[in-house]
Amino acid sequence: MDFDVIIVGGGHAGSEAAAAAARMGAHVALLSMDRNQIGTMSCNPAIGGLGKGHLVREVDACDGLMARAADAAAIHHRMLNKSKGAAVQGPRVQADRLRYRDAVQATLAAEPNLQIVEGMASRLIVRAGAVEGVELEDGRRLTGRAVVLATGTFLGARLHFGLDSIEGGRIEERAATAMAAQLRELDLPMARLKTGTPPRLDGRTIDWAQLERQASDEDGWTFSAMTAGRRLPQLACFITRTNTTTHDIIRDGLDRSPLFSGAIEGSGPRYCPSIEDKVLRFGDRDGHQIFLEPEGLDDHLIYPNGISTSLPLDTQRAMLRSMAGLRSVEIVRPGYAVEYDHIDPRALDPDLRLRAMGGIYCAGQLNGTTGYEEAAAQGLVAGANAAAFALGKSPVLWDRATSYIGVMIDDLTLQGVTEPYRMLTARAEYRLRLRADNSGTRLTGWALSNGLISNDRRMFHVEHEAQREALRTIWQESDMSSKDLRTAGADLKDDSGVRRSGWDWLRFPEVEPSHIATLVGNIPLVANDVIAELGQDARYAPYVERQEQELARLRADSELRLDRIMDYRSVGGLSNEMIERLNKAMPADLGRASQVRGVTPAALTAIMLHARRAA
Amino acid sequence: MPPAGIGVVRVSGQHAGDVITALTARPLPPPRRAALRRLVDPGNGRLLDEALLLWFPGPATATGEDLAEFHVHGGRAVIAAVLDCLAAQPGLRAAEAGEFTRRALLNGRIDLIEAEALGDLLGAETEAQRRHALLMHEGMLSRAVDAWQATLLALSARLEAVLDFSGEDDVGEGVDISRDLVGLRGELERWLSRPRAERLRDGIRVVLAGPPNAGKSSLFNALLGRDAAIVSEIAGTTRDMIEAPMQIGGHAFVLIDVAGLRDDSADAIELIGIDRARRAVATADVVLWLGEPAQAPAGALRLGAQSDVRSHGDDIDLALSAHSGDGLDALAAQLVARAEQLTPRPDEAALNTRQAALIAEASDAIADALSAGDPLLQAESLRVARGAFDSLTGRAGAEAMFDALFGAFCIGK
Repeated sequence: MDFDVIIVGGGHAGSEAAAAAARMGAHVALLSMDRNQIGTMSCNPAIGGLGKGHLVREVDACDGLMARAADAAAIHHRMLNKSKGAAVQGPRVQADRLRYRDAVQATLAAEPNLQIVEGMASRLIVRAGAVEGVELEDGRRLTGRAVVLATGTFLGARLHFGLDSIEGGRIEERAATAMAAQLRELDLPMARLKTGTPPRLDGRTIDWAQLERQASDEDGWTFSAMTAGRRLPQLACFITRTNTTTHDIIRDGLDRSPLFSGAIEGSGPRYCPSIEDKVLRFGDRDGHQIFLEPEGLDDHLIYPNGISTSLPLDTQRAMLRSMAGLRSVEIVRPGYAVEYDHIDPRALDPDLRLRAMGGIYCAGQLNGTTGYEEAAAQGLVAGANAAAFALGKSPVLWDRATSYIGVMIDDLTLQGVTEPYRMLTARAEYRLRLRADNSGTRLTGWALSNGLISNDRRMFHVEHEAQREALRTIWQESDMSSKDLRTAGADLKDDSGVRRSGWDWLRFPEVEPSHIATLVGNIPLVANDVIAELGQDARYAPYVERQEQELARLRADSELRLDRIMDYRSVGGLSNEMIERLNKAMPADLGRASQVRGVTPAALTAIMLHARRAA
Repeated sequence: MPPAGIGVVRVSGQHAGDVITALTARPLPPPRRAALRRLVDPGNGRLLDEALLLWFPGPATATGEDLAEFHVHGGRAVIAAVLDCLAAQPGLRAAEAGEFTRRALLNGRIDLIEAEALGDLLGAETEAQRRHALLMHEGMLSRAVDAWQATLLALSARLEAVLDFSGEDDVGEGVDISRDLVGLRGELERWLSRPRAERLRDGIRVVLAGPPNAGKSSLFNALLGRDAAIVSEIAGTTRDMIEAPMQIGGHAFVLIDVAGLRDDSADAIELIGIDRARRAVATADVVLWLGEPAQAPAGALRLGAQSDVRSHGDDIDLALSAHSGDGLDALAAQLVARAEQLTPRPDEAALNTRQAALIAEASDAIADALSAGDPLLQAESLRVARGAFDSLTGRAGAEAMFDALFGAFCIGK
């Protein structure tokens, strides 16, 4: 069977990669061990969060599928950081596990360019340093010009339950051990990481009345700009806490934890520690919050968020039963730790192409990241670029100044990972410009020019832009005093009648777009989210302008291309450590070289001089 | 290069060890221990010298690389022969000016501030310059900046915890860092209020001013101890500015003789000179005024010249005579007293203009953070401040903030 692009793996990275490649016009095969498992949420039943919500909105702005699938399955909405600036607000939903999976599968099935192939990849077909396809375990061969590896934790994965461990990627599924061996033979830089998942609980054995309730947000926001409104009934989440008895039980079980017995060698994430880690590292805390999250509307499974563990089953049960509301809880599936291989992402270019071999793109957990959202965003990048490569188009490169996707790709390919990489807003220097609510404005037009946008989205975007411009003109051309605004309800101090445009007044925290609307009147029909987005643009305008200047300064220095440097040993005066890191990351330009860990300004000067001399 | 008792030849880089074995035909001596060896040119077998040599394996060396030092006899011919022989060894070339320092900087052995100070140390001419350069080279400012950066990182971590992990486990909803910011800003402002290092390095500008023919050039020559300026009875002899460096009591001064100030000159060239003189007076650190005391510029030291032939009223600060030398010691003492006010104290590190501008940028950003209520905008201002400190010394990047963040908070659902 012959294709343009073959996607190996049907998780969040693989699904998004397949959809993106198909949108670009490539003929795509999506290879999965089990077609019914495509789009499965293997860990927490939630999409989004701080930083992660930005990624989902950006994937949506590029017409990806994650946001729409999340909307189709959302049974609880929460806008995190609601009280803080819009740039750090993070949309998050609890998603009905089955409905989410169904939504992903339905979207993929509706894509005419895409064929789902069921089977187990056994090896890559390679000739003359370039990939030509994938061979399956049953001997079938899929040929194609580009292959996207989105194999998640399935490469050389090992599950740990207490001191017992078995080979396997996800519980009750097999690991792709043969392909891992082949990748190791290709001499790619690989390392090991670990992650964990908490036990799943039977909701019918929880005493809900004892617990603090967290209701879904009332306002009707959705993840995708294209979703008309909420469809499903909304459920609440509940909160319990660990206590000193829980901690004692955990300490007593530590000698049977693979984390501390030496059985696990990979490093886990600092921001998603196992409960064992939390108790050990922060022993002074008297309790840790545990969120009890529903897994679905027709499902009694409960996901206890905050208690990822690989302790033995009896300890898991005892520690759960020491907490409020869980006195007689039953565990449906125990928590476990997974150790898995990942590629050092510094072996990849900014289009997620493997430098060592033509035609191979890598995405998701395989690259050392954690999270559905990070995986989906990389799937988008890898799928779009695999299609661009197969169809002879130029690479599609996301920029860290305009997207979290660009921040993540830069961080991964330049700095590598020492723990599973999770998106955080603090990773983005230009955070004030990169809001979850302006992702369409930032990216849709650009994605359109790269062939990633369908007609429906294009029409939506054109209308959105037109409304933005119309409203901006009205705001900028209006003229009012603080007295006017006070009559409109703004809680401003009297400042002797200075007049400003509505746009300029919006940088005062007391002034809201509704006050301007009262004074200006007669505003054409503009969608509420356009008003909110432009209101935030105005509020942060002075800071964004300052960042623009910083960015322009930085760009002027950093655009110096470093393609001619083949080996950093040829640059005089760099330390061996810097040479090793630069040779691994192979930064494309001086700006990227400055992001490589441990590279000093003096070293950058040396690199700059060398590059100028070589040019 | 004059002949000297000994000459020290330094080799830095990956071939430093090879060079020792090549020239001595013996294994490397123990690290950091002086060894007496015969140096033989491996090209022709001729003896070059008998020398002390030292072997410093990297990276804990001055340059961060392997390092060899040959302490040879200091005759020009000896040093030339050793240098020629070294230049012929594979992979070796003569060092460029400042290259050892540059490599130390590249390899992170010293930071930018210490490298600047090393340049100042090598160029120091006065005792005050030497002491100050040494303070800076030993990292007095670097340590202060490191401490400020550590404070900022900790504060940023607290803000970022609230922004990125709000509601997760033991991270609260809000954070008040204003007290820490006020403290940090106070310290930066104290550094900024101190005298700048340039006065120390370039010298204190002392301008001799007054009407024509007041004896400025005579005093200028007397202070310098040589006839640097033309002296005559003709009013308006000095037309341009004459600058001469001078040291008194371990302080560097620049003594400046200028045209006499008068309003009735018709000479176009003299008028230009008078204009320059006024500007020199305006930018001077010290003005020595030789003229009617009542017309002295504010803050000037009012001198009564020619005290050997004239008497002065009590509205002058000091009477002196360039001719007899009376009062010159007292003037020198006054200049030293002014210098001590205008230059950093002996135990105090001072900022140069580049450093002061960056610290001022950080201080302004912290002021912005103090006036912003929104933690997002506070975090943005602290990012700007951290960037200024990074430019001062080297670079830390976001990763340092994450280390601070994850070390302090238990995070994660």
